[in-house]
Amino acid sequence: MTMTASDPKAAGSRQTRMDPVAMAESLRPDTGESAFAAQQMLPRLIGHFHRLSGHLGGQVLTFMLTIAAALIASVPMIWISGSELWLTTTALFGGALGSGPAIAETLVQMIPLLIAGLAVAVAFHASLFNIGVEGQLLFGGLVAGIVGATVDLPPALLMVACLLAGMAGGALFALIPALLKAYRGAHEVVTTIMMNFVALAVSEYAVAPTGPFVAADQPSATERVPAGTQLPIIWEGTRLHAGLLVALGAVAIVLWVLYRTPLGFRMRLMGANHGAARASGVSIERMTIFALLASGALGGLAGAVQVLGVYGRFYSAFSPGYGFDAIAVALLGALSPIGVVASGFFFAVLHAGSVPLQAIAGISREMVGVVSGLVVAFVAAQPAMLRLLSSLRKPTIDDSLTESESEQQPAETSARMEMPS
Amino acid sequence: MSHLLTISLVISALHLALPILMPMLGGLISERSGVMNIGLEGMMLIGAFSAVLVTYFTGNPWLGLVGALISGVMSGSALALMTVTLRGDQVVASAAINLIGAGLTAALIPVIWDIDGLTPSVAKIPSVHVPFLSDLPTVGRIFRSLSLVDYACFALVFIVWWVLFRTDAGLRLRACGESAESADAAGIPVVRTRFFAVVMSGVFGALGGAYLSIVTLDMFQASMTQGRGFLALAAMVFGKWRVWPGAFACIAFGFADAIALRAQILWRDIPHELLIALPYVLALLALATFVGRASGPAGVGKPFTRA
Repeated sequence: MTMTASDPKAAGSRQTRMDPVAMAESLRPDTGESAFAAQQMLPRLIGHFHRLSGHLGGQVLTFMLTIAAALIASVPMIWISGSELWLTTTALFGGALGSGPAIAETLVQMIPLLIAGLAVAVAFHASLFNIGVEGQLLFGGLVAGIVGATVDLPPALLMVACLLAGMAGGALFALIPALLKAYRGAHEVVTTIMMNFVALAVSEYAVAPTGPFVAADQPSATERVPAGTQLPIIWEGTRLHAGLLVALGAVAIVLWVLYRTPLGFRMRLMGANHGAARASGVSIERMTIFALLASGALGGLAGAVQVLGVYGRFYSAFSPGYGFDAIAVALLGALSPIGVVASGFFFAVLHAGSVPLQAIAGISREMVGVVSGLVVAFVAAQPAMLRLLSSLRKPTIDDSLTESESEQQPAETSARMEMPS
Repeated sequence: MSHLLTISLVISALHLALPILMPMLGGLISERSGVMNIGLEGMMLIGAFSAVLVTYFTGNPWLGLVGALISGVMSGSALALMTVTLRGDQVVASAAINLIGAGLTAALIPVIWDIDGLTPSVAKIPSVHVPFLSDLPTVGRIFRSLSLVDYACFALVFIVWWVLFRTDAGLRLRACGESAESADAAGIPVVRTRFFAVVMSGVFGALGGAYLSIVTLDMFQASMTQGRGFLALAAMVFGKWRVWPGAFACIAFGFADAIALRAQILWRDIPHELLIALPYVLALLALATFVGRASGPAGVGKPFTRA
């Protein structure tokens, strides 16, 4: 599937595709040494993903290659843990996909990973690395739990209020890094990480034994939300809840905003090249703030959905690091919302399978984190892997996937760029 | 306040500052050469874990320290391979180091010790008695609490400053960070220099981790670095990529940490969950107020390839 919006009047021609990277690269000689260049860390990788996005075959191939490389690289851990490859494989995939309830549980795991992965991807499109999704998710979950436990509204309204409050909470935790990035130039990686620790401290304080929101009957949790406020179960007899629909709705909205609205176009243009974006009248400051707030709101939504869908109350330890796995989810999905669904499912399999993996094969659940890290590492190496593959002249890889080719994009590309209406 | 500002506060501030100071130097070396390293946190965890692992099996914490430094060479080489050799994205590659470091060390504890979360205690590096200095009336307590590693760390601050800013080698390294093309044209081996700088940042990160696990404490705990690798980056930015201002920022973070710890004991009505966040809030405030627009080396983040 081609995720790039195309100009209907000249469909089929590669040059007319609305591609911020093509535009950005054609402008590069003028803007390469601009003051913004030093702040911009990710455009090359984003460029790599954009080039990938026109080729479904290339996308699927790199997705599979990356997963395969990460899984192969984790094999030594299986040996060190004293387990066998076959036993591990059956425990993992049997545990995650072996039966109806197992699949439902995998989908339950997919919901927060998918929404949080979208959160990371949205920021990445604007060349911002929001590594603070974990904190936004925690705080969003906390706010949703508090609103659910204290506000007096009809259940259905309260559910919506909780979700919106969670989004607001997540956005609030992204606001400080956003302002610092936009107006002080402070790198968002450092500031969002600091906010993670602040969110952890605040959420632990809120439900500490003497904290203001701790439940009477349960330590480290808020009071249960009233009956009917929880997201309804959509698969009888399992834990699968309507959060799945919320997540898929979020995918559709992000897809539409990113590729079908001027706002999304400006965001992606800024992600590809600050100088080009500024030259065409985009306010870098405002886009930075918008992208991080949107990302934070999605992070908060992931927390709120988990709180309302699975537990019905906020637990201070409800996230086993969804916000960090979300980085791998977004990158493996090549930042495309559809790709994020696929990679979210892959990580959900790992999460759901990690319980039987520990019980049957004796492999620590922390291995999910290692596989996430390996996936991220191989994504970082993807451009190099593709360069290598295409230098071997494998027919499966389109030449245009490689960097050297795309840097010679014709200059008229920018002239034919059209904004979506 | 008189109970707060004691000599033991200074001691604990020093011990809390050094595990931020070492990765700060690592990050500084790496960024000055043009490679952003946000993977210090993961490198610290791997270093802290290796130190305890080797100490546990040999019984000698000095060998543990060597093990940590070797692990730093390995994690630094892994990052250098991804960013310098393969020209992968520096932020993403170092995020991978963080994820792998946190996951791998937590996953290996049950494999090796059959328990979850934290290792048994091991021998730690002893503090040394310095003739005369340790016998001074008040200040002597500070010197009695220091080990050879502490003195080595203080020396390293000076050495890094001197090498980076007072030698030809340092000038070449910084040239790679400002403009790789110009450095290359001047005959400096950019790829080799950057590779070396990233490996060194791994070694410094691992040293900071080992300091936590076998100098301050005597065991390894999953995620024990608690964001110090990132505080180090904040200190580096706050010090505007210079050694001495960065070092002072680290010491300030050390004091914030120490005050938070002591305040828990002195004022029980302040929720200690919130006090723990003090250094992070301070780092955010520092980035917000004092720094002005941050301006790092011009070439950070740009992979280099010869045209």
